[in-house]
Amino acid sequence: MTRQQAADAIDAVWRIESARLIAGLARIVGDIGVAEDLAQDALVAALEQWPTSGVPDNPGAWLMATAKHRAIDHVRRRKMQDRKHEHLGRVLEDRQISPESELAAAIDDHVGDDLLSLMFTACHPVLTTEARVALTLRLLGGLTTDEIARAFLVSKATIQQRIVRAKRTLAAAHVPFEVPRGAELTARLESVLEVIYLIFNEGYSATAGEDWVRPALCEDALRLGRILAELARDVAEVHGLVALMEIQASRLRARVSPAGEPILLLDQDRGRWDYLLIGRGLAALARAEARGGAYGPYTLQAAIAACHARAHTAEETDWTRIVALYDGLVQLMPSPIVELNRAVALGMAFGPAAGLEVVDSLTKDPALAGYHLLPSVRGDLLAKLGRFDEARAELARAAALTQNSRERDLLLKKMEAL
Amino acid sequence: MRFMTIVKTRETDAQPSPALIDKINKLSEDAVKKGVFVGMGGLGPTSQGARARLANGKITVMDGPFAEAKEVIGGYAIFDVASKKEAMEWTRAFLEAHIGLWDHDLEVEVRQMMDDPSTGC
Repeated sequence: MTRQQAADAIDAVWRIESARLIAGLARIVGDIGVAEDLAQDALVAALEQWPTSGVPDNPGAWLMATAKHRAIDHVRRRKMQDRKHEHLGRVLEDRQISPESELAAAIDDHVGDDLLSLMFTACHPVLTTEARVALTLRLLGGLTTDEIARAFLVSKATIQQRIVRAKRTLAAAHVPFEVPRGAELTARLESVLEVIYLIFNEGYSATAGEDWVRPALCEDALRLGRILAELARDVAEVHGLVALMEIQASRLRARVSPAGEPILLLDQDRGRWDYLLIGRGLAALARAEARGGAYGPYTLQAAIAACHARAHTAEETDWTRIVALYDGLVQLMPSPIVELNRAVALGMAFGPAAGLEVVDSLTKDPALAGYHLLPSVRGDLLAKLGRFDEARAELARAAALTQNSRERDLLLKKMEAL
Repeated sequence: MRFMTIVKTRETDAQPSPALIDKINKLSEDAVKKGVFVGMGGLGPTSQGARARLANGKITVMDGPFAEAKEVIGGYAIFDVASKKEAMEWTRAFLEAHIGLWDHDLEVEVRQMMDDPSTGC
């Protein structure tokens, strides 16, 4: 086996196994920073040995075994260095683990819980949103700092620093490595869902840069969502989020022209939608609905996305149902952005005047002051009402406000066409 | 990015043992848990299938079995992964599962699916 072949295999194994590895180790040592270091040590050992020994039959198990030995050494060393070290003492007592084999076996028994604990820790509210995103991609997505930096168009040093600081913050706050319970669980789960959806959205409509979409980030988020859906099967909103992402991702290749320009939903060639993903999305939505209870915000948004996915042509879209779903969403997440989307649906269901009325009520909202989609939507509605001068002015304003160059081009093109 | 892995083998009457089926089920379960599984399927015997061919502008249809075929497609799996390397690792694990439990040679063709947004639009 060549060095390159071994390196390729190690890369792939890392991507597949690193989250479980780090999660299992974090439970033993109680610190995700130390856990990641130990996992990295195992990776280095693989890089040293595999090119000559060949890739082992079960590379994931090999990495786990190597890392476990190091974790046990680490715990022992720490214990000897400081016999009063309460945390580690308690860890070992709590689990009534003494022989190495039991400690090793204990890792395998809790993979699901450990991964969930890792997700909750990486998305802990003591961290900034940016830090949660970076840590989640790093520890759960198995991305390198380089890959994260490229995805978010920042320097590698920035991401490295963000991750180091995040780990320090978690350690300083004594954030326990565990799945929260009771009322805290709901709030903390919201943070996990939010982080995953943020990653997805950064890929789906990049807020900055030359490209309108960055599909790799969407894929990373989908993968995280699918993993979470396996770990927290009883939670409707987890399936709701997965449904939303699957259905939105089904449009990825239809929403960009060959020249890289964005194509809006109603103008998309529905033959280019990905019906495999739509099928998965509708199935996930059905799972969310089967959990019963009122729709949560992600399930509602997925239900809206499903209305579009089920329509074979733009004209067949059930706008009345979409308006009703937005009514529900406004109740759950009262936000001017949701109101704006509802206005679009209203305009489609009941005519542009109905939509414009709502949009006009939003123009004074300070939260939307710099938001390019407000003048963009207003411009569209005005154009439909034949008020072309006003429409052009709104589209020009929208073009000036957007940070994405592709989107700016589209808005200017629309303006010129009027 | 999505990869279809296509399993080719000589057509045989041999049925996979429960141990092999169990191993493959565990593998797909693992792929589901790791968020990369899209779909997997085994194909029935060619005696129940057919071939349609376009040659010189004429379509001909032929019922199975395909006795002359050295190898036939036995099944497929679709993985949604970050790289070809990763698709290869899942394929390696799939072949690994057969060692000692399946007497016939296997070949897996790994192909990226082109209807995939990451390949460009």
